[in-house]
Amino acid sequence: MGLLRTILLRLLTTAITLFGVAVIVFFVIRVVPGNPIAMMLPPGATDEDIARLTALYGLDKSIPAQFWIWGAGVLQGDFGTSITARQPVLAMVLARLPATLELSVLALLIAVLVGGAAALTGTRLRQTKVEGGIDIAGGMALSVPDFLWGLLLILAFGVLMPIFHISGRVTPSLDLPFVTNFYLVESLIRLRLDLTLDLLSHMLLPALSLAIPLAAIIAQLLKQSLKETMHLDYVTLARTHGYSEARVIWREALPNALLPTLTLVGVQFTFLIGGTVIIERLFSYEGLGNMAIDAVINRDLPLIQGIVILFAVIFTGVNLVVDLMYAALNPRLRHG
Amino acid sequence: MVEGRAEVKRKAGLRLWLSAGWLGALVLVALLAPLLAPNDPLAQDLFAGRLPPFWVSGADAAYPLGTDSLGRCVLSRIIFGSRLALTVALTAGVITCIIGAGLGLLAGFWRGWVDVVVSRFIDIWMAFPPVLFSILLIAVIGPGVFSIILAIVVIDWTRFARVVRAEAMAQGAMDYVASARVAGRGRMGIMLREVLPNVLPIVLVLLTLEMGIAVIVEAILSFVNLSISTDDPTWGGMISEGRSSIHQAWWVLVFPLVTLFLTVLSFSQLGEGLKDRFDPVLR
Repeated sequence: MGLLRTILLRLLTTAITLFGVAVIVFFVIRVVPGNPIAMMLPPGATDEDIARLTALYGLDKSIPAQFWIWGAGVLQGDFGTSITARQPVLAMVLARLPATLELSVLALLIAVLVGGAAALTGTRLRQTKVEGGIDIAGGMALSVPDFLWGLLLILAFGVLMPIFHISGRVTPSLDLPFVTNFYLVESLIRLRLDLTLDLLSHMLLPALSLAIPLAAIIAQLLKQSLKETMHLDYVTLARTHGYSEARVIWREALPNALLPTLTLVGVQFTFLIGGTVIIERLFSYEGLGNMAIDAVINRDLPLIQGIVILFAVIFTGVNLVVDLMYAALNPRLRHG
Repeated sequence: MVEGRAEVKRKAGLRLWLSAGWLGALVLVALLAPLLAPNDPLAQDLFAGRLPPFWVSGADAAYPLGTDSLGRCVLSRIIFGSRLALTVALTAGVITCIIGAGLGLLAGFWRGWVDVVVSRFIDIWMAFPPVLFSILLIAVIGPGVFSIILAIVVIDWTRFARVVRAEAMAQGAMDYVASARVAGRGRMGIMLREVLPNVLPIVLVLLTLEMGIAVIVEAILSFVNLSISTDDPTWGGMISEGRSSIHQAWWVLVFPLVTLFLTVLSFSQLGEGLKDRFDPVLR
């Protein structure tokens, strides 16, 4: 009962949030003074041509009327047609989505592994120079945003030691046998490890730029919550059983310390996904974010709307999943 | 930590002074830019394109940190670029702070419908990717200093509102608020005279951090060519140019990048330092 109510309530607020996003984006971009139709026609087009094309894209109607038509389409899975590419927005956006998802998830994996390892090491070796070092490194990692880490990584591993690729998603001359756009996943399934390596060599630096600040946050939070757990009675009890310190941390303290970290990692993961916009630009990585910036520069209204809505769906979706996981994992909420 | 409390305090103090020192120097550089810059930041010299910095052979002493592909002085452009960076940091930071903290205070202390509306807007704002949102806004209102500031204010007010709302709620539940109310003081008076001073330290910390964020946002917008005219010197614009000629002229990327890095680091270290200072547990 309690859980079901929580779920329904969260679904409702998610729907309201998404509607709010749609309204704001729709109205904001229609304040644009420039005429996107005039931009896509060759110079010398007559006023009649402009009017015809404006009517074709429905831009001659009032803004609330446009919103009504667009909203009705969206609910049926029709996000309109891109003005510059003249293709359905949904297909374009879905074609780019896998690249961004693979990058974000790889970055999340790196962040969890590095941050988790740092927190565990810091807890095992607490009150030593190692813990101090981890704290200082974490502070540095947090002080500087992903955009700057990306530039520094480009300098370090693209110029000083050119061992990784600094632009693109895959070497263009390679023959790709893929049927989906999940290149990394598919290369693993097909056991084409040569392609996996090439993809990873392109993805590592952008993923690392996104992962560094998140890893620091995970390390900080998890270490803090481990520290609190280590003082609890049941942990002391486990120690009196003669278990090693490493086992006590891993088997006894960690499972309990994970819960508070989980919620914040969820929120931070949405920030990471938001960061892909500029990181993809920086590394010329052909994902959603890079396409979004092009769409904004070209004033491609339907495409911008589609991308922003998709980002909002991902953001709210991640938050929803984290909340539900929290509700399912937390016994106090489950029985409440 | 193995270090004693005094040692920790001394290190924190050093961090505070170093970052304040860098930012103070930067303000001076921005104010005295015309006196300090060795060259006109806009002047092009196509015969002196991509000259290396002074210690590399082939350099020209007139351009201490070298030139970009159009033969413009890198040092002078960094110096003049600090003007835009600091203008945006100060103006956008302060306006965002006032609006965000004000709404947060109202929502957290006043509660009721104000809280419902503000919280709902915060939720919607959290569903936008901020970089995309800022690029979108600039594309809508057109490039320019005013647009950059407006974009930062519109996007980042939630950073203040979220924290201040939670803090004001916590303060509102405290005994001193209740006793002020019993003493017959008005809610507005209590909010401004009692609660506001108590949330001010955290607001100051957020403001410092926000200024660092504003510098980054300005650099990102310049990087995607959406801040001000591409001729005018901006750190982000220089970084964008440096990124594309990274294999031919590393100095076009490295010097503005280092400047931006130190500035952002200073703002955030200053914020963190102030946070420790205000934290009663550490003091």
